[in-house]
Amino acid sequence: MFEALSGKLSDVFERLKRKAALTEEDVNEAMRAVRVALLEADVALPVVKDFIAKVKERAIGQEVIRSVTPAQMVVKIVHDHLVETLGSQGVEIDLAATPPVVILMLGLQGSGKTTSSAKLGLRLTKLYKKKVLLASLDIYRPAAQEQLAILGRQAEIATLPIVAGEKPQAIAARALDAGRREGFDVVILDTAGRLHIDQALMDEIAQVRDIAKPTETLLVADAMTGQDAVTLAQAFHGQIGITGLILTRVDGDARGGAALSMRAVTGRPIKFLGQGEKLDALEPFHPDRIAGRILGMGDVVGLVEKAAQIIEKDEAEKLAAKVMKGKFDLDDLAGQLRQMKKMGDLDGILGMLPGMGKIKDKLASAKIDDRQISRQEAIILSMTPKERRNPDLIKASRKQRIARGSGTSVQDVNRLLKQHQQMAGMMKQMGKLGQKGLMRHGLGALFGKNPHP
Amino acid sequence: MSGWLSRLKAGLAKSSSRLAQGVGDLLVKRKLDAETLDGIEELLIGADLGVATAAALAGELGKARFDKEVEDRAVRAFLAQAIAARIAPVARPMPIDRALKPQVVLVVGVNGTGKTTTIGKLAWLYKSQGLAVTLAAGDTFRAAAVEQLQRWGERAGCPVIARQAGADAAGLAFDALDQARKEGADLLLIDTAGRLHNKADLMAELQKVVRVLKKQDPALPHEILLVLDATTGQNALKQVETFRAMVPVTGLVLTKLDGTAKGGVLVALAESFALPVYAIGVGEGADDLQPFDAQAFADNLLGL
Repeated sequence: MFEALSGKLSDVFERLKRKAALTEEDVNEAMRAVRVALLEADVALPVVKDFIAKVKERAIGQEVIRSVTPAQMVVKIVHDHLVETLGSQGVEIDLAATPPVVILMLGLQGSGKTTSSAKLGLRLTKLYKKKVLLASLDIYRPAAQEQLAILGRQAEIATLPIVAGEKPQAIAARALDAGRREGFDVVILDTAGRLHIDQALMDEIAQVRDIAKPTETLLVADAMTGQDAVTLAQAFHGQIGITGLILTRVDGDARGGAALSMRAVTGRPIKFLGQGEKLDALEPFHPDRIAGRILGMGDVVGLVEKAAQIIEKDEAEKLAAKVMKGKFDLDDLAGQLRQMKKMGDLDGILGMLPGMGKIKDKLASAKIDDRQISRQEAIILSMTPKERRNPDLIKASRKQRIARGSGTSVQDVNRLLKQHQQMAGMMKQMGKLGQKGLMRHGLGALFGKNPHP
Repeated sequence: MSGWLSRLKAGLAKSSSRLAQGVGDLLVKRKLDAETLDGIEELLIGADLGVATAAALAGELGKARFDKEVEDRAVRAFLAQAIAARIAPVARPMPIDRALKPQVVLVVGVNGTGKTTTIGKLAWLYKSQGLAVTLAAGDTFRAAAVEQLQRWGERAGCPVIARQAGADAAGLAFDALDQARKEGADLLLIDTAGRLHNKADLMAELQKVVRVLKKQDPALPHEILLVLDATTGQNALKQVETFRAMVPVTGLVLTKLDGTAKGGVLVALAESFALPVYAIGVGEGADDLQPFDAQAFADNLLGL
C-alpha cells in the first residue's frame, strides 16, 4: 500500500532530513522501494525497469520543496510519472468513420469480452444515441453466443441472429452486411477468448480483421493479470494491431499494474474500465486513479464520482438545505445509511479512500460492516416519525421499545443516538462546505473517526 | 536456453548502462555473483512468483553456489528443484469417496477463471471412471451460464439440474442435492457464479449456499474447489485468503496454464496456505484437465 511505500521511503530518507536536493544515492535507494512496490502491484519487470530509469533521471537533483519530506517528494515524482505513462484520460471510441463503425473485441479466455461488448454497446446507445448491433463470433465456448444475445436483450441492443455451424469469418461478414443494410451506426464484434500463442485462432482473428476492417480493435484484459500482461499485449498488438484497451474487474482489489505494463508495451490508450457486473458499469479511463491504485493511494476521485452518481440529486439537495439550517434529524441519518448501502459494500468504499489501509484493519477487528449499517437503519426505522424528528424525546422506556423493535440492545440504540448527535453537531459547522465535504465528513463521523490521516 | 541467458543479459545490460562496458563480458563467464543473482531473482519475479518468494529462492541459490562458475542449465535445475520441493506437498489429487452418494463438490472463484469449463472437464473425467455424476447449474447470474453447463452435461452424459436465470443459488443447491441423492449419484458438482472476493454481498450469498448444504449434512460440501487463473498475478493471494476466510476451501484448480503465463504465484500460495492443488487446466477440450505435477510445473517455470 501507499503507506507501505511512503513508509519505506521515509526510512530511507530518515537520515537525510536536512538535505536540500535529492542526490543520486538517495534516489537509488528510494527506487529500490519503488521497484518492489511496482512489482508487488504486478507491473511487469521490463516495464518497471524502464519506468524507474526514467523516474531516476527526473528525480536526481530535484530540489526538495520546504514543508515536504524527501519521501513525499519522491512519491510525487513517481506518481506524476506514472500518470504520464498511463496516458491521457478518456480517449473515446472513434466514431468518425463511415457507418457502420466496426469495433473488434479480443482477448484471453475469461477476460470479460462478452460483458464488455454489451457494456460498450449500451454506452454508445445511451451516450451517443448510436444504433448498435452486437455479434458474437465465439463458436467455441458453449453458449457464448446465447450469452451475448441475452445481454443484448437486457440492454435492449440488437444482436445478430445466431446461425448454427457458421464460421467466425462468415459471421463477421454477415454482421457487416446486416449493419450496412439495416442502418446500424456501430457493429461490435465479440470474439472467442484465445491464447496469443494459439496460432490457428490468431490466424482466424487476423482473417476476421481483414474482413471487418475495424475502426477500433480493443484488447480486453483483466486488471488482475500478472507479469504475463506484457507478453499477451505484445502478441495481440503485434499480430492483430490494437487501437486501445479495456481493463476489466477494476472493481476488484487487484492493484492493476497490468494497466501500466500493457500501456507501456503497446503505446495504445486504455479506453475504458470495467467496474462491475451491471451493464452500465463501464467508465472512461482516468490515469490518476489507476496510478493511485498501483501505488496503493486509493481512489478518491472514484469515490466522489461514485457517490455523486448514486446519491439522488434531490435527496442530496434536501439534505443540504437542512444542513444549512443546522438541522439534521434521524430521518436524514437513515437516508445517509441507505445511500451508503447503495454505494456497495463498505470494503469497496474504504478501499477507494487514501490512507484507509490501517483503518480498514481496525474496522475489520471492530466488525463494522454492512450488517451494522443495516442494524443502524433498523434502529431508526423502529422509531416513530416524531422520535426521528426530535431525538430528545427518546428516553429509557422508548429506548427499550426501539431496541426490541429492531432486535438490538439499548446500548446499540444509545450508540446510534450519540453518533447522530456528533454528526448533527458537525453538520451545523459545515453548512458552508457544500455537498462534497458533507459526504466525506458524513462517512468519517459514522465511523467515529476521520478517515483522512 | 540461450533465450533465457540473452534475456537475462539484456535485462542486466539495461540496468547497468552506466557501468563500464566490460560488465557484459564478465556476465558471459556466468559467474554467479550478486548481480547475476539479481537477474535470476528478476526471472522468477517475471514468472509471477512475487518479490518475497523470488528473493528467498535467489538467496538459497546464492548460499549454495555463490561465486562459483556454473552452467546456466544447472542453475535453473537447482531452482526448479527448490521450487518443486516447496510445492510438492500440495500436489494431491481430489480424494473421491464413492460411499458418500453423493460426494458434494462446490466450485467457486472470481469471474472468468474457468469454473464452468473446469466442472465440464471434471464431469468428463469422473464419468469416464465410471462414476454417476450430476451437475448443478448454480451460476444463476451470468447470462447463458446455465446453457453453457448444460452443453457440458450433454457432452459428458450427465444430468444437469438447473433453474431459470436469477433463481436463488442456495435453493438450487438444495434441490440438486435432493435429486442427486434420489438418483444415487456418486458425485454432485455444483457450479457457482463468479464473484470478486472483495464484494461482501456476493460472498455472503456464497456462504448461504454452504450453510444450506450444511443444514442437510454438516459434512457438506465435502470439497470446495477454488478455481484460479494462471494469468493472475499477486492478487491470487488475496483471492485465496478471502475465499478461504468466507467458506472452507479444500483445494485449488489452476486454469489456463497452456498460455505463456506460468502461474508462479502458486509457489507463494503453497507456502502461505498449503491448500492442495487438485488439478490444472491446459486447454478448452474435455480432457484438458491434468493432475498437478510439482516437478513438471517447476520445470515449466524455469523453462526446462
